Amino acid sequence: MNFIEEFRNSQSGRTLLEYINKRSTKPARFMEFCGGHTVAIFRYGIRQLLPPHIEMLSGPGCPVCVTSTADLDKVIALSRLTEVIICSFGDLLRVPSSRQSLLEVRAEGADVRIVYSTMDALEIARQNPAKKVIFVGIGFETTAPTIAASVIQARNQGLDNYYVMSLHKITPPVMRAILDAGETRLSGIICPGHVSSITGSNAWEFIPKDYHLACAVSGFESLDILYCVKSLVDQVEDKTPRLDVSYSRAVKPEGNLAALKIMDEVFDICPANWRGIGILPESGLCLKPEFAAFDAEKNFEIKLSEPSRETPGCLCGEIIKGTRTPLECKLFSKVCTPENPVGPCMVSSEGTCAAYYHYGGKLG
Amino acid sequence: MDKTKILLAHGSGGRLTHDLISKYLVQSLSNPLLNKLDDAAVFKTGGNMAFTTDSYVVSPIFFPGGNIGKLAVCGTVNDLSVMGAVPKYLSLSFIIEEGLDITVLEKIIQSIAAAAKEAGVEIVTGDTKVVNIGKADKIFINTAGVGFIPEELDISGSNAQPGDAVIVSGTMGDHGIAIMAQREGLNFKIAVESDCAPLNGLIADMLKACPRIHVMRDPTRGGLATTLNEIAAQSQVGIELDEESIPVKPAVGGACDALGLDPLYVANEGKLIAILPEEFAPKVLSAMKAHPYGVDSAVIGRVTAKNPSRVSIRTPLGALRILDMQSGELLPRIC
Amino acid sequence: MCLAVPAKIISLEDSVAEVDLNGTTYKASIMLTPEAKVGDYVLLHTGYAIQVIDEKDALETLEIFKQMEML
Repeated sequence: MNFIEEFRNSQSGRTLLEYINKRSTKPARFMEFCGGHTVAIFRYGIRQLLPPHIEMLSGPGCPVCVTSTADLDKVIALSRLTEVIICSFGDLLRVPSSRQSLLEVRAEGADVRIVYSTMDALEIARQNPAKKVIFVGIGFETTAPTIAASVIQARNQGLDNYYVMSLHKITPPVMRAILDAGETRLSGIICPGHVSSITGSNAWEFIPKDYHLACAVSGFESLDILYCVKSLVDQVEDKTPRLDVSYSRAVKPEGNLAALKIMDEVFDICPANWRGIGILPESGLCLKPEFAAFDAEKNFEIKLSEPSRETPGCLCGEIIKGTRTPLECKLFSKVCTPENPVGPCMVSSEGTCAAYYHYGGKLG
Repeated sequence: MDKTKILLAHGSGGRLTHDLISKYLVQSLSNPLLNKLDDAAVFKTGGNMAFTTDSYVVSPIFFPGGNIGKLAVCGTVNDLSVMGAVPKYLSLSFIIEEGLDITVLEKIIQSIAAAAKEAGVEIVTGDTKVVNIGKADKIFINTAGVGFIPEELDISGSNAQPGDAVIVSGTMGDHGIAIMAQREGLNFKIAVESDCAPLNGLIADMLKACPRIHVMRDPTRGGLATTLNEIAAQSQVGIELDEESIPVKPAVGGACDALGLDPLYVANEGKLIAILPEEFAPKVLSAMKAHPYGVDSAVIGRVTAKNPSRVSIRTPLGALRILDMQSGELLPRIC
Repeated sequence: MCLAVPAKIISLEDSVAEVDLNGTTYKASIMLTPEAKVGDYVLLHTGYAIQVIDEKDALETLEIFKQMEML
């Protein structure tokens, strides 16, 4: 047992697909909140195998895609300081800000390092006492606890050269904002599995309760996704919207209490700037005052040489909300490609535009 | 003078350079052409000659399963061999960063000698330069190679025909993952070695079984997916793969899962793709599986007339989807 | 989003575990899953174990799939 292969069993997958195709009669539009689900659904070829009256729509669950240009400009500005080492997850390196990406500023000589874990960043801080290590914190509730844990470790170890630039955001508020805006008519939501491992499935109860939409929490293997779609189809056909936890082996109703406690110890909830949506109150995480010594925003003067700007015509903001698809964007695949990305939705490995570009080609 | 490190003087052509060449290079790589130490190696040729070059800048320079020296020989030998050429002579050029340990250089040269011996090639000419600290990353190597192609062979990326079978010689992604495991910041111990190997022996067996192989290529940078896309475009054909047939080691698959990578895009250094008429596939496959570098060979797909220049893949669930080229650098991700 | 993979804890010291996935070993902090013990499967995300996988539940889910196939 490794809990991966068993959940990719193609025979069981075909059984679930048979069920879905037989059971589903009503047209339905499901939003997969999470960019990782968008990619998995494309990679497994699930889109083609669902009944044609079921439409899958991508949502805002791509931490890189929802990072505002203004925030990224701040990171680039910090990277130019000679005493700074920027540590970042690989996902962020190619995202264009107003003028350049972290990869480009690294090519100009800035010390920008890709890390897999905050533990690596802490090690870099330990090994470079004369430098100031700034960890760029992107990610939702899955990742934020690991950054919180790193701040606690830095404090316990007396590290005085480790800082966090928190661009973390939390997910239920943006889901609410999209549903409240009412611009997309949805039948159901595929909720993010790993975010829910931390927050608990209870965090999504508001979806069936307040919006009467079908809802299921999904893992990322093919059987997990199909099992989730099966549940949504059942809910739609039976007209019984509820919260179903298809990923119950990793998601408890109350979530991971230890992780939530650590997050609560280090972070306050504050407003956050969501690309394409704007500022949402109580949707971001910022370091508490008692951790100010580790807060990059409080310890560095960030001077932006020019106001932030986004390329006109970039539909990333609309795409994140599910109101448009990449195919409706005039720049998609003509001007905006993975080699020459205009917006983060094309550059992020789980961005909707990148997924459509890589997997969405028509086959005869 | 620190006798344990490479100095700028080692590259300046004087006594130290000559000592380096005779003590390390000629000693380990000895052959009649090299030993003459002329400005150029001179030899007779006839028929079709293949000529290739590659530079090697891999970091780290030592990795499980090999080092930059072994890579430099195998890479060039393989580029010649996949064209159907019998590789014969290699040139070897070093650009060394001042301060490199001489024992490190010695180990690399010994690996080069061993790889050359296995491949049956001779290093007949070369060059050594030394640059200031910081101007090179320990050592860069360039090799160029020549080989001779038997008259009856016509192997090229533009020769794939609809109906051809697509075969790979073994598991995908080993080299790239073995290298990534060594990089700073990726803290994992993987029980996978680079598959770096000279493939001319395997190819000789394959061509004996079927001289009418249409295409051969080694899926290095960009992996299987990118290489097949290149061939599809060159030949103006479609290629359809069966995902479940593509061999991947469980350890490599797991590492790719953990890092958010796809083994079909990860580099290989000891594998090849062969595209050949369907009717010869069973015979060639047998020959490949009988060779130590081809034990995991498998038929993984077909060439079609549909969707020219596109590679598509049938997923385990039975859907057919596009398998695109790789864009940009393969970076580990967390999302 | 949020790439996390199941891996088995093969050793534990202080709050750092060695976890195994198909023969590769990774270091993982269990600061977020202090109850985890050797032999548990955990979800590995950016070098931290973020949740212990409920094996019993996993087997039950797989059983549901098997039952569906028999219908």
